[in-house]
Amino acid sequence: MVVTSPRTRAPRARRPYSGTREINEQSELGAVYMRTLIRAQRRLGLSVCLVACGALGLLPLLFAIEPDLGKFRVLGLGLPWFLLCVATCPMLLLAGWFYVRQAERSEREFAELVERP
Amino acid sequence: MTSGYAIVAVVVVVLGTILVGAYGLRVSRTTSDFYVASRTVSPWWNASAIGGEYLSAASFVGIAGLIFAYGPDMLWFPVGYTAGYLVLLTMVAAPLRRSGAYTLPDFAEARFRSRGVRVVASILALAIGWLYLLPQLEGAGLTLNTVTGAPDWVGALIVTAVVTANVMSGGMRSITFVQAFQYWLKLTAITVPIVFLVIVWQVNGAESLTKPDFPVFRQNTDVSFQRQTTIHVEKAVLVKGTGSVDGVRVGDTGLVLGEGYHRIAQGAELTFPKDAPVPHLSTMAHNTNEMWSLPMSSGADFPLYGAYSLIIATFLGTMGLPHVIVRFYTNPNGTAARRTTLIVLGLLAFFYLMPPIYGALGRVYTPELLMTGQTDAVVLVLPTRMIDGVGGELLGALVAGGAFAAFLSTSSGLVVSLAGVLSQDVLRLGGVRGFRFSTVLAGLVPLAMTFVSTGMPVADMVGLAFAVAASSLCPLLMLGIWSSRITTVGAIAGMLAGGVPALTAGLVTMFADTGDAWYEILLSRPAAWTVPLGFAVMYVVSLLTQRHVPAGVQRTMVKLHAPENLGLDGSGSSSDDRS
Repeated sequence: MVVTSPRTRAPRARRPYSGTREINEQSELGAVYMRTLIRAQRRLGLSVCLVACGALGLLPLLFAIEPDLGKFRVLGLGLPWFLLCVATCPMLLLAGWFYVRQAERSEREFAELVERP
Repeated sequence: MTSGYAIVAVVVVVLGTILVGAYGLRVSRTTSDFYVASRTVSPWWNASAIGGEYLSAASFVGIAGLIFAYGPDMLWFPVGYTAGYLVLLTMVAAPLRRSGAYTLPDFAEARFRSRGVRVVASILALAIGWLYLLPQLEGAGLTLNTVTGAPDWVGALIVTAVVTANVMSGGMRSITFVQAFQYWLKLTAITVPIVFLVIVWQVNGAESLTKPDFPVFRQNTDVSFQRQTTIHVEKAVLVKGTGSVDGVRVGDTGLVLGEGYHRIAQGAELTFPKDAPVPHLSTMAHNTNEMWSLPMSSGADFPLYGAYSLIIATFLGTMGLPHVIVRFYTNPNGTAARRTTLIVLGLLAFFYLMPPIYGALGRVYTPELLMTGQTDAVVLVLPTRMIDGVGGELLGALVAGGAFAAFLSTSSGLVVSLAGVLSQDVLRLGGVRGFRFSTVLAGLVPLAMTFVSTGMPVADMVGLAFAVAASSLCPLLMLGIWSSRITTVGAIAGMLAGGVPALTAGLVTMFADTGDAWYEILLSRPAAWTVPLGFAVMYVVSLLTQRHVPAGVQRTMVKLHAPENLGLDGSGSSSDDRS
């Protein structure tokens, strides 16, 4: 007779796989796991932030150096109005969506890593 | 502009808020219900609630007013208020939720295991909250004054009373519903009128908003001066009405205001003739609409410094606002916290499309506000000015209702979180009674402050609250979450080094007249020097005091960063004993 029941969560919690145990027991290896995760997330967060906010942050400087840019018109709006009112909104959303996707992916990879037997 | 419909709209919003709050009362029973809505709030509800809480007086009336007065440089306010959520999403959303902190002081204690850090964070959170409540109350005063002519303090008093009563009886469970309801109300109230206004503008020939002319009165315009006002007249103009100008009474025959400066007494009601160029407030730059539409046109000193300071304050300040942080605890886990924040980003970005349109239309249709200095009223006045009859009055009423919703919702959120901080950390009063007592105190202090402030634009005041948050609590969150080397001494030193100068600068700007001193911009836009100061001091002092790294910091980091479903809580002695 063959038992083909699926694995359930309950037995896993009682007998944790090594990565989880390493971290919970504060071993060197556990610390390395955690440091890797934190570094990856920090790098991701900072880069998304720097690219999005840095692009925005260049604008005042640009308009100060080259005031004639302000007279340029896009879709009937002055360039500063177009950039700040219309263009920032999808740009920020896109950056946020990209960040959420990547952050969740790196958490999934971390989970696979520490739950590996 | 006194309008029966607008009064009705304000009353409806106030009653609606009370009713929705009372509905929530039935569900809130225990202390934990009071504080965190039992974590049963879905991401859309939660995101709407965050949006409702965040879109304050500054967003609803203030931004349009500043853009109307100073042009595209002020677009950094809406952009910064939105981008602040991107920074919050990428740097703190998930770890903050995973820390299990309900307030900022809770986070400080969870991360540093130190009473000292907690106390400093509490005091700063209180200061920021009160600094932020003040413009809400001023905005309420302005709105009620514009629609009914009531004195400024009436609106402030009504908002304080409604919010305090509502928070005391319902706690946060009801507040979550109230806030979510408020977001959609505010979005409707600002979007529907602007659709009609743009249609009217198009139908009437779509007059260019950026003509190379100075603003002129489009019709004979009655203007009432709420306070003594010094204006500059470019071209002699004949005014009629009552009141006195330069100490001379204006009689029935009228008075000719010659070129130059004139002091108009408080309470004067003057009628300016059609097609006359609009005089302008002596402290405001005089621009044609074409010049106004270009960057760096506001005539302020050091515009580049001002722009960058504003950018830093708004981008980094959002995460340090006490009422924003609270909302993260109502997410079930870190992943949900991130998704909620992303939705918020979309909701805000959409809302902030509207205020600039009001500001631009105002240049053509309500130019007299440039003369009285009541630029914050542009959103409220525009609908009745552009559309005649009942239609305009109804739209005006909708805007007034929405504005009131803005003051009520932001104030509610602030009062809830301030009451939490007060009852837990300052007064040390537990239970529901302690929370209720703290609520009253949290509302009364800013109400008292409205009587002594100097009446600067509400969005500028909010900007100062952001600057304090960005210089003190932002370094605490960012460095606390992402570096395990921060020590208790460093955290306290950094918060004080950034927060105290920013707070001092803010208070001086609000309550004293610094005039034209060269350092005025450093005080009214402090973030560009206080934020780096806060970060640098926190990090350097931490490196110098590595012996004071909090015990168990590795476990705390596990808790902050590891996904919840892995059963990684740093095992054992977790400090989270909240029930």
